[in-house]
Amino acid sequence: MTDNVDSNRDSSRPPSASAAVTNAALRDWFVREVLPLEAALTQFLRHNWRNKSDIPDLVQEVYARVYEAARKEMPDQAKSFVFTTAHNLLIDRVRREKIVQFETVSELDTLAIAADEPAPDRSAIARDELRRLAVALDRLSPRTREVVTMRRIEGLARAEIAQRLGITEVTVKWHLNEGLRALADDLYGGNKS
Amino acid sequence: MSTADIQTRAADWVNQHRDSGDWTAEDQAALDAWLAQSPEHVVAYWRLDAAWERTQRLVALRPGAPERARGQIWRHLFRFAAAIIVVAAGAGAAFYLSRPAAPEIRRFATEVGARKTIKLPDGSQIELNTNSVLRIAPGPNPRMAWLDAGEAYFKIQHDSAHPFVVMAQGRRVVDLGTEFLVKSEPRRLEVALVAGRAQLDSPGDPAQEPAVLTPGDVAIATANAISVTAKTAKTLTDELSWRQGVLVFKYTTLADAAAEFNRYNTRKIVIADPAAAKLTIVGTFPSNDVSAFTDAAQAIFGLKIQNRRGEIAITR
Repeated sequence: MTDNVDSNRDSSRPPSASAAVTNAALRDWFVREVLPLEAALTQFLRHNWRNKSDIPDLVQEVYARVYEAARKEMPDQAKSFVFTTAHNLLIDRVRREKIVQFETVSELDTLAIAADEPAPDRSAIARDELRRLAVALDRLSPRTREVVTMRRIEGLARAEIAQRLGITEVTVKWHLNEGLRALADDLYGGNKS
Repeated sequence: MSTADIQTRAADWVNQHRDSGDWTAEDQAALDAWLAQSPEHVVAYWRLDAAWERTQRLVALRPGAPERARGQIWRHLFRFAAAIIVVAAGAGAAFYLSRPAAPEIRRFATEVGARKTIKLPDGSQIELNTNSVLRIAPGPNPRMAWLDAGEAYFKIQHDSAHPFVVMAQGRRVVDLGTEFLVKSEPRRLEVALVAGRAQLDSPGDPAQEPAVLTPGDVAIATANAISVTAKTAKTLTDELSWRQGVLVFKYTTLADAAAEFNRYNTRKIVIADPAAAKLTIVGTFPSNDVSAFTDAAQAIFGLKIQNRRGEIAITR
């Protein structure tokens, strides 16, 4: 895909039909309304799709579709919009795949039930945030946890972490990237296998 | 690029941008170019960037005792050094911050039960609550204040070149475009962020990582730790009701409510009965109307009100 990102910095591009949706507003909306649905979205996809190894791809594609649509017009109801998008994506995939799985198609009917589940209580999430973070940190692999702890909690420089642990800075960087990915999966509750 | 590849790349961008300290215009251009390649890149980046922001709170897990100064923190300090050096004049910055008194500094104080609004030339506004002391840096456009006691609400005209700095109990709050509350109690400092962004750090203890606050965040700093929790907008509004001259209680124990009233009144309420102290009330009271509160206690709980010398005792 070659679509440009609707960046605020980019003044050379003419504003689109509904330029009201700025990139910053869109990001806020996405972080505030869409990301908290990840656990429910993942559950829905797992429920309705046989090949579980496809789930991370599907989640990402739902996000990308939601993003593209929201750039043009921000949906009123994030939740129903996200699940409708997921539903349509699965139908597209079923059509595209040569072998149609009857089971998959019939299970799509459960959409209504899954989408009606209550959204997680945001204030409860906020209250528990630090505890969740601590638990998520605990679930990292030992070396990654060590590196993330040294960098993010103790504030050590990357070079110093490398020196202390006897690893290269590139490896430190790798652990920080892995750590961030795993923490995000844990915090948003999706992409877990 | 596979989903896993995109996520790895996005994590790398986020860590570079957020955490490496030397982000250049070229880096930004390269990131923009990568984001422009596909919506998948944008959403993956946003998701991990938001996760990075959330993990900022991990700072609160840091053990209190500093082992030694740490490079990264010093860089943070130097970033704000400009604001400090202007007034430090020869003294070490840390030394100056721990002893901020200077002759031309203007001092504002409120009596028990009083409130005061201080308007600064740039349009910034500081509301001082009951029994509080605030000092403001000298000069035509002060960008630094010290809350020596009590509580103050800051509504600051943001100027990114000159961030407004509030010092309290050796901690520092740096505004990044902000409305916030600072409440100084014995051995406890509370900073509640209402709008914008602010940073809370500890210049006297460079080993403590700064906490970046976003709206709804309430940071509590004790002797050697800073913890951050989030409150709802409604709860924050209730806590700021003193700006309207009222106290809002939501299932507050009589003991806590009395303590709150006592901040605003010289005639102190004493709850003489331990069981009565645990009763909870809901209501909004004028902060200077003790009798409205004692009347309610009498009417609702059937408690007895006794006027003693200089205090009001509530008994069963």
